[in-house]
Amino acid sequence: MNIGVCVKIAPDTNARVKIAGDGSGFDMADQVHGIPDYDEYAVEEAMKTKGAHKGSVTVFTVTTQKADKYIRKGVLALDGDKAVVIGEDASDTLDVARLLAAAIQKEGCEVVFTGKVSTDGGSHQLSPMLAEVLGWTLVSKVVELSIDGDTFTATRAMDAGIKQVVKGKLPAVITCEDGLNKVRLPNMRGIMKAKRKPMEMVSAADLGVSIDGGRTAEGSFAPPPKRPAGRIIEGEAADAARELVRLLRDEAKVL
Amino acid sequence: MSGILVLCDHAGGAFKPTANELLTLAGTLGGPVFAAVLGDAPAATLGGLGASKVFQAAGSFGDYAGAATVDALEAILAASGASVLLAPGTYVAHDALPRLAARLGAGMATDCSSVAMVDGKLVGTRDWFAGRAQGQVTVNTTPAIASVAPNSGPKSESTGAEAEVVSVSWEAKTPGLEVLETLAPSTDGVDLNTADVVIAGGRSLKSKENFDGVIRGLASTLRAGVGASRAATDAGIADHSEQVGQTGVTVAPSLYIAAGISGAIQHLAGMRTSKVIVAINTDSGAPIFEHATYGIVGDLFEVCPAIAEAVQALD
Ligand SMILES: Cc1cc2nc3c(=O)[nH]c(=O)nc-3n(C[C@H](O)[C@H](O)[C@H](O)COP(=O)(O)OP(=O)(O)OC[C@H]3O[C@@H](n4cnc5c(N)ncnc54)[C@H](O)[C@@H]3O)c2cc1C
Repeated sequence: MNIGVCVKIAPDTNARVKIAGDGSGFDMADQVHGIPDYDEYAVEEAMKTKGAHKGSVTVFTVTTQKADKYIRKGVLALDGDKAVVIGEDASDTLDVARLLAAAIQKEGCEVVFTGKVSTDGGSHQLSPMLAEVLGWTLVSKVVELSIDGDTFTATRAMDAGIKQVVKGKLPAVITCEDGLNKVRLPNMRGIMKAKRKPMEMVSAADLGVSIDGGRTAEGSFAPPPKRPAGRIIEGEAADAARELVRLLRDEAKVL
Repeated sequence: MSGILVLCDHAGGAFKPTANELLTLAGTLGGPVFAAVLGDAPAATLGGLGASKVFQAAGSFGDYAGAATVDALEAILAASGASVLLAPGTYVAHDALPRLAARLGAGMATDCSSVAMVDGKLVGTRDWFAGRAQGQVTVNTTPAIASVAPNSGPKSESTGAEAEVVSVSWEAKTPGLEVLETLAPSTDGVDLNTADVVIAGGRSLKSKENFDGVIRGLASTLRAGVGASRAATDAGIADHSEQVGQTGVTVAPSLYIAAGISGAIQHLAGMRTSKVIVAINTDSGAPIFEHATYGIVGDLFEVCPAIAEAVQALD
């Protein structure tokens, strides 16, 4: 099977957030930029699929940062076969989707895995847009998956703890949720082998995509509204509990 | 093109609270308010909440049908001529809505806590980095699409007015999925999602027996919903549907009690907007205390039963 996986080079969920002085952007160049949490599930699912169905895994990313070490260690060292790095500074999500779709089509992938959401902007937009540009089936927030020929059965995590088991046809974009698999670390042999695996650098022009952008503009970044300072209630368990309950009833008025 | 179209979600014909919230919000933005209804529901009643016209697509949408939602909403948007589409910030906003945005070449602002019209453009305020920063998205396209987080705004009383219902035909063109089974969480007791009080336990409970005794015990005294950290659900101490956080449920109750939960960023993402947060933790340096309204540095196995006793003493 010809398997694709899309990853973003971005700070992970534990990164410390620093806002640029004028609130126009984020100043996080010194933060670890790697393959963020949900994309790691996508990488692992691609490898599991390769394990079960044979074939190859191609990883796609759109970035102007030096992606080399993250892609080699985070994907190719885990048994990925090839990388396509699209070196464009595309901030509009639909542009990113168009770039990825063109590269995916060129490689002839039958299934593409993505993380359910990015850990920075967190807009949840890329994967559905990618499915639309490709004209493929979309399954979002998948926690269980089995592929059989050109059909698949997936369990998706919806709102309020509700899950649905769904059946659909490949080709498909499958977004990966926490719980789908356990991510692995690469071993030494994998890291060594990854050094010689092909990494193709392409541009929008190579892919025949024109970046038009500007559908949205983002700014006015600020820290979240601060919660009023809290209070530690001292004393033995029984006394502290009584005081807490009194405060919850008389001061906070929530009991 | 003008007007604001609101996707009014319903479950088996009963409109969800988000329908009311979004229609109320749309009424503050200026211009006519239209409602979009997918499938069988008492569409005309939305007139009482401010919809001047309701566009209804016939068909079977079940609990949720992403592909059909994209196709039907596309037809409704065209029929209504609306320049703005508002939808609830639920699964649909992470699945069907961006797909529709891509089809229309439209910009979208996801899961806003508020939206406004500024110089004729839709501006949404939303979170970055799972709530560790906020910012604004200005949507430059027509139509402009935004999803709005549930519970972000007030609801209105229905005036009882009925709206004209226009039935919109649509064509299925998006590859879809067949739903084989819907698995609903076991909600014995209070529903976590809508609970006014939530008590949540973490890894430190160590066993299901302890979790049931201490956390569920206090929950029944407080008539509270039960939540858990991922460390607790991963260990099988609590059910997965009870996980609060970035990969679980997002809650905003009046009172959230975190017992033996360290306060990891991913947990905070699911409860940081609770009105009052109580932290119980043996480690005075646990990050949860930075977000707590009230904190008790102590052993949850002593403090939780003592709280239950103190609450019972009130009654
Ligand atoms: C991609 C990703 C997504 C994630 N999503 C989520 C999510 O949705 N929800 C979530 O919760 N986590 C999530 N996590 C995991 C998160 O990072 C933390 O690991 C998890 O929240 C920790 O759970 P905990 O607080 O129970 O355990 P710990 O961090 O181990 O904390 C246990 C706490 O209990 C205290 N304690 C121990 N004994 C007692 C006692 N007797 N009395 C009182 N206090 C005691 C300790 O001092 C400590 O603070 C996610 C992680 C990743 C990478």
